[in-house]
Amino acid sequence: MDVSSFPLNSNVAALQKQQMHKRWRWFFFSMVGLVMCVFFSMMLGAKSIHPHIIWQSLTGQITSEDSVIILDGRLPRTLLGLMTGAALGLSGAIIQAITRNPLADPGILGINAGASFAVVIAVALLNISNPEHYLWFALLGSLCAASLVYLLGSLGNPHRNPVRFVLAGVALSAVLIGISSGVTLLNPTAFEKLRFWSAGSLDIRRLDMVLMIAPALLIGMVVALLLASPLNALSLGDSMATALGINGPKIMLLALLAVTLLCGASTAITGPIGFIGLMIPHVARWIAGQDQRWIMAFTLVLSPTLLLLADIAGRFLLTNELRVSIVTALIGAPVMIWLVRQQRRF
Amino acid sequence: MEQAYWRIGHPTSAITFRLPKKTVLISAVLFAITLTLAVFGLTKGMLPLTLQQVLQALQGDGSLTLQTVVTQWRLPRAVMAMMTGAALGISGAIFQSLLRNPLGSPDVIGFNTGAYTGALVTVILLKGSYLQMAMGSLLGGCLTAVLIYLLAWQNGVARFRLIIVGIAVSAILNALNIWLMMSATQESAMSAALWSVGSLNGITWEKSLPTGIICCVFMLVCLALARPMQILEMGDDLAQAMGVNPDRTRAVLMLAATALTAAATAITGPISFIALAAPQIAQRLTQGASLSLICSAAMGSLLLLTADFVAQHLFMPTQLPVGIITISIGGIYLIALLLREARKQHL
Repeated sequence: MDVSSFPLNSNVAALQKQQMHKRWRWFFFSMVGLVMCVFFSMMLGAKSIHPHIIWQSLTGQITSEDSVIILDGRLPRTLLGLMTGAALGLSGAIIQAITRNPLADPGILGINAGASFAVVIAVALLNISNPEHYLWFALLGSLCAASLVYLLGSLGNPHRNPVRFVLAGVALSAVLIGISSGVTLLNPTAFEKLRFWSAGSLDIRRLDMVLMIAPALLIGMVVALLLASPLNALSLGDSMATALGINGPKIMLLALLAVTLLCGASTAITGPIGFIGLMIPHVARWIAGQDQRWIMAFTLVLSPTLLLLADIAGRFLLTNELRVSIVTALIGAPVMIWLVRQQRRF
Repeated sequence: MEQAYWRIGHPTSAITFRLPKKTVLISAVLFAITLTLAVFGLTKGMLPLTLQQVLQALQGDGSLTLQTVVTQWRLPRAVMAMMTGAALGISGAIFQSLLRNPLGSPDVIGFNTGAYTGALVTVILLKGSYLQMAMGSLLGGCLTAVLIYLLAWQNGVARFRLIIVGIAVSAILNALNIWLMMSATQESAMSAALWSVGSLNGITWEKSLPTGIICCVFMLVCLALARPMQILEMGDDLAQAMGVNPDRTRAVLMLAATALTAAATAITGPISFIALAAPQIAQRLTQGASLSLICSAAMGSLLLLTADFVAQHLFMPTQLPVGIITISIGGIYLIALLLREARKQHL
């Protein structure tokens, strides 16, 4: 007998079809939004530039004042927004999936604290003042912090208790933040540097620096996307996942590796940009349901959209440019509150 | 496993308590350690005293200098350290119980962020004094709590919505804080940052007594609510069946816990990590199923007092703000606990 002939089953099938339609529809809109943001990010600013000139500058047909703005200013900025936005969002999606905690954001692995700590050390104790070198210190700091958290969290039996990772991350972050703020309060130069570094910025004006971190981000993204299906299986519970042939600890290790690469590399170059990694995965879940593949797809598109939108808005909001991390929260948080109030199931 | 209880009051009388023996014992030990450390702390400082001299001064004997040093300079600091520590421990335990999330301490949800915003606005925009800054932070913290609660309200407050709204509101406030810090002069930014890590330096009876009394009152209110809180942990339906109104209890508990955090913050500045770590450490010590308020209070007291002792004496004569030490010590201790647990699981 044909199973789908049962009225109940056909109902479920119709519902599923409806949900798929909803997903594809929203995904289409999101893509359009992202493309528009990229376009506007290239076009708008202190001086708005005609699309034709943008095209000519990008293809190297003209060299004028405008093409300098495009190539040295807006292109790195837009690329950076695209990549770090996607990276922060994806790492948030993964961290929420493995810790099963809606409060978890990428910073929970101690990555932001580690990066800040390394920058503080570089400025205060080693007297390094070249911002290019901060990148390496921040990267090193976030890598060290994340590895320490992994070691702390995985001693004993890692995959049974993701809470241990969260607690290990919180504990290590606390220690690092404590030491950093102790050092900065005793050293005004470092305090001054960190005050501006920790606000985060996309405006770096260096295409080579963007391209330098691109491989790390791309590898991280590929690993993250490959993890979507295993994470789906893991969400059914450990025993179910094992029955499906999923190696829990290995997935956990890969997931943390991906988060470290994604979040560490983007924090190193832009400074800590919070909230995006926490908010977008929630929004994606509300649109797409519990399927990690769809959550990641939406996160991948929505995060850079928000980041670029915030960056564009920041160029106009005040006379001096408002930092992107600030605008991200100012735009994102009200949207998130509105969305959570729309959710009927809580 | 059956837990041992002490019963207080006759089984048939209206008021009976069942106190788990282990929790009571551990709390008592923690309090004893705290008190010993407090007295020991009173002997240390620029003018080293003997134990006998301290006890003399506390009883009102001894020379005038001795009495001033002990009762006017060192005692307020020790008492306030213990009290704010206990307050933070209790409020942390309540939030973690309400939100059923070990990350759900007031500093994660954003009440501290609101308090910080209040302080920054009074210092940077209004150029206020120290006392005004404390009041600004109190106001900021309470307003934030009310705002979060109102925004999360929809026929009652669901836990998940409360957390999300809390995160969102604190993200906005955090952005505001970063912006205020960047637009400030270095001097006022630094003094705000110094306050923001939390400090007991230069505390006196005059500065701390009014808020201290408020703090004590709210602490008693919270302790009285311990039983409804534990019933609430069993779920809304069961709580209702046992005669506890879930929504109202939650609102009262949250209000009391917020007020407690705000009062403590007004005394010392936002000291982070005690509210998060004390209940977790207490629970690991008692190995109980639910968070014990008394034990969290004792642990919070001990943590803050120890931290303050270290802050005073680590880099003599430079006194560090205690907040820096709390988060370092709390973090290290939490790491140690995790390591111990890991070793146990290996065996």
